Amino acid sequence: MNFLERVRSFRLKKLDPETSEKIVEKLLFILALSSILIVLFIIAFMFKEGLPALALGREFFLGMTWYPPNNQFGIVPIVICSFIVGIGALLIAAIIGIPAAIFLAEYSPDWLRNFIKPCVELLVGIPSIVLGFFGLVVLVGYIKNTFGGYGECILAGWLILAVMTLPHVISISEDSIRAVPKTYKEASLALGATQLQTITKVLVPNARSGILTAMVLGMGNAIGETMAVLMVIGNPEIPFIPSSVLDPARVLTSTIVIEIPYAVWGSMHEHALFALGVILFIVVAIFNLITTAVIRKGAKHR
Amino acid sequence: MNVKERLVILGLGAAAFIAVAALFIVVGYVVINGIGVISWEFLLESPYRFEYGGIFPQIIGSLCLVAVCLLFAVPLGLASAIYLAEYAPDNIITKSVRFFVECLAGIPSIVIGLFGLTFLVYYLDFGICMLSGGLALGFMILPWTVRASEEAIKTVPNGHREASLALGVSKWRTIRSVVLKSAYPGIITGILLGLGKAIGETAVVLLTAGSGLEPFLPKSIFDPVGSLPVYIYMMGTQGHTSAAYSRTFGASLVLIAMFLIISIFALYLRNRYTRRMSKR
Repeated sequence: MNFLERVRSFRLKKLDPETSEKIVEKLLFILALSSILIVLFIIAFMFKEGLPALALGREFFLGMTWYPPNNQFGIVPIVICSFIVGIGALLIAAIIGIPAAIFLAEYSPDWLRNFIKPCVELLVGIPSIVLGFFGLVVLVGYIKNTFGGYGECILAGWLILAVMTLPHVISISEDSIRAVPKTYKEASLALGATQLQTITKVLVPNARSGILTAMVLGMGNAIGETMAVLMVIGNPEIPFIPSSVLDPARVLTSTIVIEIPYAVWGSMHEHALFALGVILFIVVAIFNLITTAVIRKGAKHR
Repeated sequence: MNVKERLVILGLGAAAFIAVAALFIVVGYVVINGIGVISWEFLLESPYRFEYGGIFPQIIGSLCLVAVCLLFAVPLGLASAIYLAEYAPDNIITKSVRFFVECLAGIPSIVIGLFGLTFLVYYLDFGICMLSGGLALGFMILPWTVRASEEAIKTVPNGHREASLALGVSKWRTIRSVVLKSAYPGIITGILLGLGKAIGETAVVLLTAGSGLEPFLPKSIFDPVGSLPVYIYMMGTQGHTSAAYSRTFGASLVLIAMFLIISIFALYLRNRYTRRMSKR
């Protein structure tokens, strides 16, 4: 018996199959818990760093001025800008995305669909920093020359973010339109409704929950998106509530990225930036919870 | 079909066309403006005096970061997926694992970056380095690897498992040699798509891995490391000369090329895989 065989037979004797099976299962279970652990750690560390600023209370949550050199950390203008930018981008994405989804689900011939779908999937993955730089060079210049102003503005943020959310809106909406049972459509057509009437009166209302899911999910993505927005939105030194779409703005994500290199570790400034992260985390988590709730309800419905 | 109906179809088609046009305009613009900069010097030299030189350390840095990220996320994600798909009983623990995977997927990348900064860089005292950046990226794509692997494992027909178990093969052995063997194209596709996401990620790497302009190659995993996205960010926002802009486009082109190669390979693999599955 050579050495290798001896090692093999030794191991077989030591661990009978049943115990080793059990060990494998336990090991996989422990590894599966890692996601839970990471999320809990994220929550714990974000709150730990953000707490001193969150503890400022009214001054932080209802303050109108964010000016770190004066130790003023009011987040109202930043949060409002975040929502303005997110909602506007989503509306643009919806105006383009839902018709595109209807086209893909109902009208598009197969060859065209096989071309459009992969393109849409690739659009998701264009690195946001590249999209942001494109926006900075092309879009910002265009807006400056056409509409005046600085060019770096909310409108630019809307357009770039709309491009980023568009693929999600298209994919989920198309899936939910396709999920409407064929019999509904056939019944409507058999009653003499035109295809257009069938789409607006039968397909879209029945796919409503799916389309709504796409919107909420897109909203979460839009508010959490960082680099692309950061590069085109202007980021004024002191954030203010914008009065026109050509005004520059400062959102949660861009404030964090721009100021974190200058914030002294352990200062209130740093705590306030982490507190912004906590706010962002909570807002996005709420949108995601709504999404899962809608999906679950939709699944029960069927 | 009347005129109105035709007009509506035209309108809907135009909407779909906008999405495709956006892709081609962005990629086309980057290619046209970036192709002129691409040369062996640009690809193989280090940057110097901010806006001169090439991007060799950034390319290598990006690859190193992604490697660390995959070394962390793939084993963990695959193990989680195997547990969820093959072992998990339908109880509260399994449900909460699933819930937390979804949670992790929904966390904005900038929050993961901040977490990496406080936990990895300061609390564990790794410093701003390749390890911190790679692990933070790993946290980000872990849920994607879990989801993709689980989906792939679930598409393996139950008959395969039962045939193997009926032959007296143990469960773990069945998973290793039957289930994973037929699920691996799906798993690799999922991992590649996660990789494409990780390689273009900026916010996480910016806070944890380095300033992006490092002119040297990392010697160990505890060295700060430059990466393409951060290089693009620094050049694009702080360089205002034409040399800086053209280099930003060049780096963007390299980044997009890396991403496209990865994704097209992933899509090809998926198409081949689904075709093979439907033939059965």
